[in-house]
Amino acid sequence: MALKMVKGSIDRMFDKNLQDLVRGIRNHKEDEAKYISQCIDEIKQELRQDSLAVKANAVCKLTYLQMLGYDISWAAFNIIEVMSASKFTFKRVGYLAASQCFHEGTDVIMLTTNQIRKDLSSPSQYDTGVALTGLSCFVTPDLARDLANDIMTLMSHTKPYIRKKAVLIMYKVFLKYPESLRPAFPRLKEKLEDPDPGVQSAAVNVICELARRNPKNYLSLAPLFFKLMTSSTNNWVLIKIIKLFGALTPLEPRLGKKLIEPLTNLIHSTSAMSLLYECVNTVIAVLISLSSGMPNHSASIQLCVQKLRILIEDSDQNLKYLGLLAMSKILRTHPKSVQAHKDLVLQCLDDKDESIRLRALDLLYGMVSKKNLMEIVKQLLQHVDKAEGTAYRDELLTKIIAICSQGNYQHVTNFQWYISILVELTRLEGTRHGHLIAAQMLDVAIRVKAIRAFAVAQMAALLDSAPLLASGARRNGICEVLYAAAWICGEFSEHLQEPQQTLAAMLRPRVSALPGHIQAVYVQNALKLYTAVLQRQEQAAPDPQDAPPDADADADAADAPGAAQEAAQLLLERLPQFVQSADLEVQERASCVLQLVRQAQKLQARGVPVAAELSALFAGELNPVAPKAQKKVPVPEGLDLDAWINEPPSDSEAEDERPRAMFQEDEPRHARPKAQEADDEELARRREARRQEQANNPFYIKSCPSPQKLYQDAPGVDHIPVVCIDLSVPLRVPGLPASEQYVKLEEERRHRQRAEKGGRKHRKKDKAGRGGRRGGSLPDSDEDIAPAQRVDIVTEEMPERHRPVAPPKSPKKEAAAPKERKSKKPKKEKGRGRDRDRDRKAQALDLWLCSTPPAEPAESTALGTPSLDTEVPTAPQQPSEPCPDEGDREPEAHKKPHKRKKQRQEKERSGRDKKSRKKRAEDGPPLGTGALEEAEEEPLPPMSSYALLAENDFVRMTYEVRGSLQGGSQVTVSLVLENLSSHVLKSLELGVLDSLNARLARPPGASAHDGVPVPFQLPPGVSNEAQFVFSIQSVLTAQKLKGTLSFIAKNDEGSTHEKLDFKLAFTCSSYLVTTPCYSDAFAKLLESGDLTGSCVKVDGITMTFRNVLAKICFHHRFSVVERVGSCASMYSRSIQGHHVCLLVKQAEQSVSVDVKCADATLLGSLLDELRATLSAC
Amino acid sequence: MQFMLLFSRQGKLRLQKWYVPLSDKEKKKITRELVQTVLARKPKMCSFLEWRDLKIVYKRYASLYFCCAIEDQDNELITLEIIHRYVELLDKYFGSVCELDIIFNFEKAYFILDEFLLGGEVQETSKKNVLKAIEQADLLQEKTEYVSQQEVLWV
Repeated sequence: MALKMVKGSIDRMFDKNLQDLVRGIRNHKEDEAKYISQCIDEIKQELRQDSLAVKANAVCKLTYLQMLGYDISWAAFNIIEVMSASKFTFKRVGYLAASQCFHEGTDVIMLTTNQIRKDLSSPSQYDTGVALTGLSCFVTPDLARDLANDIMTLMSHTKPYIRKKAVLIMYKVFLKYPESLRPAFPRLKEKLEDPDPGVQSAAVNVICELARRNPKNYLSLAPLFFKLMTSSTNNWVLIKIIKLFGALTPLEPRLGKKLIEPLTNLIHSTSAMSLLYECVNTVIAVLISLSSGMPNHSASIQLCVQKLRILIEDSDQNLKYLGLLAMSKILRTHPKSVQAHKDLVLQCLDDKDESIRLRALDLLYGMVSKKNLMEIVKQLLQHVDKAEGTAYRDELLTKIIAICSQGNYQHVTNFQWYISILVELTRLEGTRHGHLIAAQMLDVAIRVKAIRAFAVAQMAALLDSAPLLASGARRNGICEVLYAAAWICGEFSEHLQEPQQTLAAMLRPRVSALPGHIQAVYVQNALKLYTAVLQRQEQAAPDPQDAPPDADADADAADAPGAAQEAAQLLLERLPQFVQSADLEVQERASCVLQLVRQAQKLQARGVPVAAELSALFAGELNPVAPKAQKKVPVPEGLDLDAWINEPPSDSEAEDERPRAMFQEDEPRHARPKAQEADDEELARRREARRQEQANNPFYIKSCPSPQKLYQDAPGVDHIPVVCIDLSVPLRVPGLPASEQYVKLEEERRHRQRAEKGGRKHRKKDKAGRGGRRGGSLPDSDEDIAPAQRVDIVTEEMPERHRPVAPPKSPKKEAAAPKERKSKKPKKEKGRGRDRDRDRKAQALDLWLCSTPPAEPAESTALGTPSLDTEVPTAPQQPSEPCPDEGDREPEAHKKPHKRKKQRQEKERSGRDKKSRKKRAEDGPPLGTGALEEAEEEPLPPMSSYALLAENDFVRMTYEVRGSLQGGSQVTVSLVLENLSSHVLKSLELGVLDSLNARLARPPGASAHDGVPVPFQLPPGVSNEAQFVFSIQSVLTAQKLKGTLSFIAKNDEGSTHEKLDFKLAFTCSSYLVTTPCYSDAFAKLLESGDLTGSCVKVDGITMTFRNVLAKICFHHRFSVVERVGSCASMYSRSIQGHHVCLLVKQAEQSVSVDVKCADATLLGSLLDELRATLSAC
Repeated sequence: MQFMLLFSRQGKLRLQKWYVPLSDKEKKKITRELVQTVLARKPKMCSFLEWRDLKIVYKRYASLYFCCAIEDQDNELITLEIIHRYVELLDKYFGSVCELDIIFNFEKAYFILDEFLLGGEVQETSKKNVLKAIEQADLLQEKTEYVSQQEVLWV
C-alpha cells in the first residue's frame, strides 16, 4: 500500500502536468494534432491508475484540451471520480471539468446527485462553494428536482459566501424545475433584506430575472423594490431593480407614474453611464406604457433626449451607438422630440463606424417630414456617392426609397423631384436593388397621374442611355430599371415627345444582351410605341371618311411615306432578331408583334386606318385598386350570396347516414368528407394564387401594415391638381443638378403657397374673429405643405373608421362624454360592493400606487407580505390623501357633495381637451391610433377576475384562473379563502377530481385521490390566497372540475370536520395569455390564411367602446393591437400557442366581434364566452 | 449573460464559460462564428453588435478579446463593466496579467471567474471579497497538497 503511494508520486513526477502539456503544444505547432493524440493516449493511461492525484492531473489536462475543441465526453466517468475526491485540490479540478463539459445529454450526470448532495452539506464552505458553482453550469431537471431542498436550506446558511451562491443558483433550479419556485419564494423574498449586501444583490438579481420572464407575479413586490431603489447606492443592484421596474410598468401604468420622479432624479445625479443608460431606457419604457404621451411628461422626455444627445456627442463610440439606439425607441412614440436633433443624426452618418451609421439611418427613417424630406434625401445621396463598400451603399439606397415611399408617399410633395431622385439612383454601379428602383418608378408613374408626362420623358432619356446601363458588370442589378422605363414609355406613349426616337432606342441590337424578361417588355412596348406613332400620323392626316374614298387615300399613302412607315420598317428590320431569342417569352411576343406590324403595314398601304384597331389592343385605363375593394361593392338587391346555386349535395348527415349505409356500403360517407377537404384545399390554393397575383400585379396597392398611415381624402381623378411642367426644366439631365433644381422649385412653390394661404388665413381671421382654428399654428408646420401632386390612393379599408377624426365632430363627442360618465355612476357603485372580497394584493398595490411612498412606512411594510395582510381597508382611497394625478380615481361617493363643481370642472376640462386636441391635430399626424381618445375618456370601472367558487357558513372561496406560457400547458388557479365564521379553520385540504383533460399538480408521491393541503390556517375573519397548478391536455373546450374543500373548524367548544363542495370552471379564456402583438405581425397572421373565422354581434350595449375593449382585455386576456375610432383589432394566445385574433366594431348600441382562430373548436368556445361577456355590458 | 469567451488576436480560444447548456457541436459553431465576426471588426468600431437574437459585447485588452453574449434587455454598458472588472481581478491575482498567465494557469482564470459570476449573474461586486475567497481556497489547496506530500515523505 505504502509502496503504491510512493510509486504513484514518483510516477507523477515523470508525468506531464498541465504546464508541460501547454508548452508541448506550443512547441509542436506544425504537428499539433499528432502531438495531442499522443497526449490523449498518455492521459488515458493515467486515468487507468489508482492514484487520484494522477487522475486529477489527467482531468485537468483534458479540460484544457476540451477548450481547444477536442471531445472529452468519454472521460465523463473519470471526471466524476475526481469530483468525489476528498481533497479540495482534486475536487476543484473535477468540478471545473464537469462544469465545462457536462450538459443535459451527459448520461452519467445522474450518478453525481449523491456526491453533490454530500458536498453541499460539507463542513468546508469551499467544498460547498465549488459544488454550487459547478452545479450552476450543468444542472439538469433531475438534479434540480433532487437537490432543490438542499439548496433551499443553504439559502439560510450562516456564511454569506454560501448564501449568495445558493440564492443565485436557485434561479437555474427554477428554470429547470419550476415547481420549486413556490416553496422557495418566501425565503428568496426574505433574502432581499439580508444583512449581507452580496446576498441581497444576489436575491435582487434572481427576482429580476424571474420577473422578466413573467412580470405579472412580481407586481406585488413593487413597493419593496421601490424602497430598495430609493435606499440603495450600489449601482449593480440599482441597474437590476430599474430593469425590473421596466418589466413591471407595462402591466401597471400607475407604477410608471410613480417611478418617473425617482428615475429622473437618478438621471440628474448619477455619473455612472451604465446606470444613466438604464434609467433612460426605463423612463422610455414607462412613457411608452403610459402611451397617451401626457403633456406633463414632456419634461422627462426632454430630459432623456437631452442626455441621449450628450451620449451621442461623446467621443466614445459605444456611448454614441447606445444613444442612437435609445433615441430610436423614443422616436416611436415621441417623434417630435427627436426630430429636433436631426443635425446630430445626420452628423452620425459621417461616422467611421458602420454600425453607428446604420443606427443613424434607422433613426432618419422616422424623422422625415414633408418639410425636411428633400434635404435629408439630398444628404443621403451625398453619402451614397462617398460610400465605400457596396453593402452600406445598398443599405443607403433601400433607406432612401423606404424613407420616400413610407406611408403611401405621405412626405413626398413633389413627384418630379422624386422621379429625378430615382433616376439618379440608377447611376449606382453594382447595386442589387435595381428592382426596387424599378418598382418605385412603376408605382409612381401609375398612381400619380399628373407626373406621367414628366416620368415618360425621364424614362425615355434612360432608355436612350441604355447601352451604358447594360454594359459589363452592371447587367445583374441595375438593368431592372429598364424594365420599368420601357413599360412606362410604352404604356403612356401619348406623353412621348418623339416616340420614333424611343422606339429606335428600344430596338437597338445591344438590347438582346438584357435578361429575357426585360427584352419581353421591350418587344411588347415597341408595339405600343408603333401604335402611338401610327395614331399621331392618322390624326394629323385629314379624316379619310371626309375625303373621297379610294383615290385620295392611295395618294396619301403614296406621297407621304410618313413616320409610321419608317417605324414599321424599323420594326420589321429589328424584330427578327428577337424572334430568334432563346427566351420563349421574348420569342413568342416578337413573332406576334412582327405579324401584327406586317398586317398593319399591308392595311395601311391600302389606306385603311389601322391605328384605332391597334390601339384597341392596349385600351383600358389603369386604375389602382385596393385589395379589399370588392367589399365596397354593394350586394345587388335580390342576390343572396349565401344561397346555394345548385342543390346542396345531400341532406343533413344524420338523415342519410343509416339508410344509405345499408345499400351502398360506406361510399358516400367517405366521399363527402373528402370533397369537403378538397374544397378547403382548393380554397387555400386559390387564396394563395390570388395573393401571388396581387403581389405581382403592380396595379394593386400592397397592403401596408403601418398604423401611422394617413389616409388622405382621395378626391376624384379630375380633382388632382395638374402641375404645368416648367419647360425650362431640361428633360434630359438625369443627374444631381436635376434633383437640386426641384428642391429649389419646390421651395418657391411652397413659398408661393404660403403667401397665398397666409393671405387667405388673414382674411378668414378678420371675418370670423377668434374662430380661426389654425390661429396659433406656425405657417411652416408640416400639414400646411400641400403636395404638388397627389398619390392616387384608393383607401384600403372602409373609409369611415380610418378617416382621422374630423375636427368639427369632436366637440359633440366631448359633450357626450360627461353624460356617459354620469350614467355610469350607479353601476360603478354596485360593482364596488361586489368587489369587497377581491384580491387584496391588488388593492394593496393600488393603495401604494395612489399615495406617496415615504408617507406611510407602516403600510409599505405591511404590503411587503401581501398574502397575509387582512387589515387593509377595502375602499382603496382616503379622501384626505394627497394624490394630485389621481383625481379621477376618487370614489364617486366622495364626489357627490361636489357634484355641481365636478361637472363644471369636467366641462372646463373638456374645453381644455378640445383645445389640446385641436392643437395636436395641427401638430402632425396622430402618434398612435386610439391614444388620443383614450387620454380623454373617463377612467375604467374597477374590474376583477375573481369569481365566487363556493360559500357556506364558514368559508367563502373565490378564484381566478390564469395560464402561463412558462410551463407548457399549465394554468394556475389562485384561490382566495375567506373565513366567515368565528372558528379557526385549519387542516384545509383541497381535493379535486381530475378529469382526462385537467389534472391538479400534486406533490411528488401523492396519488390522484389525495387532496392537496392548503399551506395556511385561517383565523376568524381572515382571508388568504393559495395557488394551485393544473396541467391541461386540451385547451379547446371549457370544462368544469368537481372538488371539495375539507377543513377542521375549531373554536372554544370543540372542533368539527367540515366540507364544502365546488365546481371549478375553466373557461377557454382562462387558457389565453395576454400577449402583445405588433400590428405588422398581426397583419401577417391574418394574411396567412391559417385561421378560421366567425362572428358574434350583441345589441343593446351602452357601454363606451373603450370600456368594452377593456372588458375584453381583462376578462379574456386580449391585448389591443390597434384601435382606430370605434374599431379595434385584438390579439391573444393560448397556453398551447393557438393564435386568436379579434376585430371588434361598435355601431350604435351594438358591438360585433369577428373572431379568427387556428382551431374551430376553440373558436366556438371563445365566441360563446365573448357573447356572454358582451351581453353583460 | 449567456456565455463568455476569451480569444487571442489569432482567433485561438483561451477561455470559454457557458451559462446556458449547449451541446459541444453548437458551442464550437457559435465560437467559430463569433471569433470571425469580432476579429473582422475595425478597431475604431463600437463594442456592441447584434448577433442572432443576442447582443454581443466585446472588448480588447492587449492581445486578448473578451467577448460576452447578453440578452436583448440586458445593459451593454454594465456588461463592459463586468468584463473590465474581470480583467482587473485577473490583473490583481496574477500581478499585471498577460496572455501567457491565462494560458498556463487557465484553471485559475476559471476559478476567479466562478467567484465573480455565477450562472451568468454577478455574484460578488466587491473585488476584495472575490480575491479573498480565491486566496483562501488556494491556501486550502496548498495545505492539502502539503499534507499529501508529507504523507508521501512520511512513508
